[in-house]
Amino acid sequence: MLRRWIQIIATFLSNSYLLFPFTRNIYQGTLKSFCTPGLNCYSCPAATGACPLGALQNFMATLRPGLQTGYQHFGLYVIGTLGLLGSLAGRMPCGWLCPFGFLQELVHKIPSRKFEIPQFLTYVKYPLLALFIFLLPFFVADEFGYGTTWFCKFICPAGTLEAGIPMLFLKPELQALVGLLFYNKLFILGLFLLWMVYSRRPFCRVACPLGAIYSLFNKHSVFKMTRDPDKCTNCKACYNNCPMEVRFYESQNDIDCIRCLKCMNESCKFGAISYEITGFEESRDQGIKGKAVVRGQ
Amino acid sequence: MKIQEKRETPFLLIIFFLFLLLVGINAGEVSTVLETATRICLNCIGIG
Ligand code: SF4
Ligand code: SF4
Ligand code: SF4
Repeated sequence: MLRRWIQIIATFLSNSYLLFPFTRNIYQGTLKSFCTPGLNCYSCPAATGACPLGALQNFMATLRPGLQTGYQHFGLYVIGTLGLLGSLAGRMPCGWLCPFGFLQELVHKIPSRKFEIPQFLTYVKYPLLALFIFLLPFFVADEFGYGTTWFCKFICPAGTLEAGIPMLFLKPELQALVGLLFYNKLFILGLFLLWMVYSRRPFCRVACPLGAIYSLFNKHSVFKMTRDPDKCTNCKACYNNCPMEVRFYESQNDIDCIRCLKCMNESCKFGAISYEITGFEESRDQGIKGKAVVRGQ
Repeated sequence: MKIQEKRETPFLLIIFFLFLLLVGINAGEVSTVLETATRICLNCIGIG
């Protein structure tokens, strides 16, 4: 429940510029110098921060002409911010602060048959990160040496939902520019919205480059999840309730663990799941609902 | 609170990324981010 409230507050704080219906424009204040921890499009009329993925792609797309003129901006400010967050908590921002992750959890509540996502698909996010955030924006350039923001342009469903659709209403003159690019992005958004109903957080697990960046830190961050093999009975309750379909009993600090703590607080009856902070473990003697821990079951 | 083996990697990572962050700030990248984020991004909307 606490997590839900934090997700609601984080979504609101990331999108709290409520004057846009009057200004008919996006927020342009200094808060936009800071990157949001989650995926939140900076062209959303209500957005108050900068999307780290959009910012990174822009650095890559303008790096080449910058190098020629001695104006070198490698995006270290963004990489440093994400690396710092990742070093502290790994993928925790995905579980607690990202509006698009929150949306996927809400949509998944729609009653339907549910399907697992094949494991191999969860590795697709890494080539997407390398190609669409770094390589294509840098290497595919126009005659002046400028690249483009490939992920924003061809894929990002958060951009379509938060910026594309609202901006077309806010600035009707943009509607004349709608073409194949927009329909492609609308199709991708529709695909993921539908998939969210049937599977747990499909975009986070399969396609999100920001989640891919944070996931690289899961095994080495200050905060880590731990499992007590003496208490764990392999009952799979953690897996059944996990919003990311992580088999916690097999893989703690998995690339897809978003540290939502649902397994620890709401699933494990045996008190086998806890966390540690750089070696200091918070051990739990009780399972959920105060049930006594049955050792070695 | 139990003490397991202490881990040093997280601290090395924090120092490394803090260093990158400071280099980025010093290079003036904050204003580049501000500039990027305050322009309407036609690519994000899907019409650019
Ligand atoms: S389109 Fe997506 S990646 Fe691009 S800035 Fe918006 S949210 Fe970020
Ligand atoms: S994986 Fe991406 S969309 Fe999912 S919660 Fe993390 S940042 Fe947000
Ligand atoms: S393994 Fe536990 S903490 Fe990690 S995502 Fe699943 S429920 Fe959340």
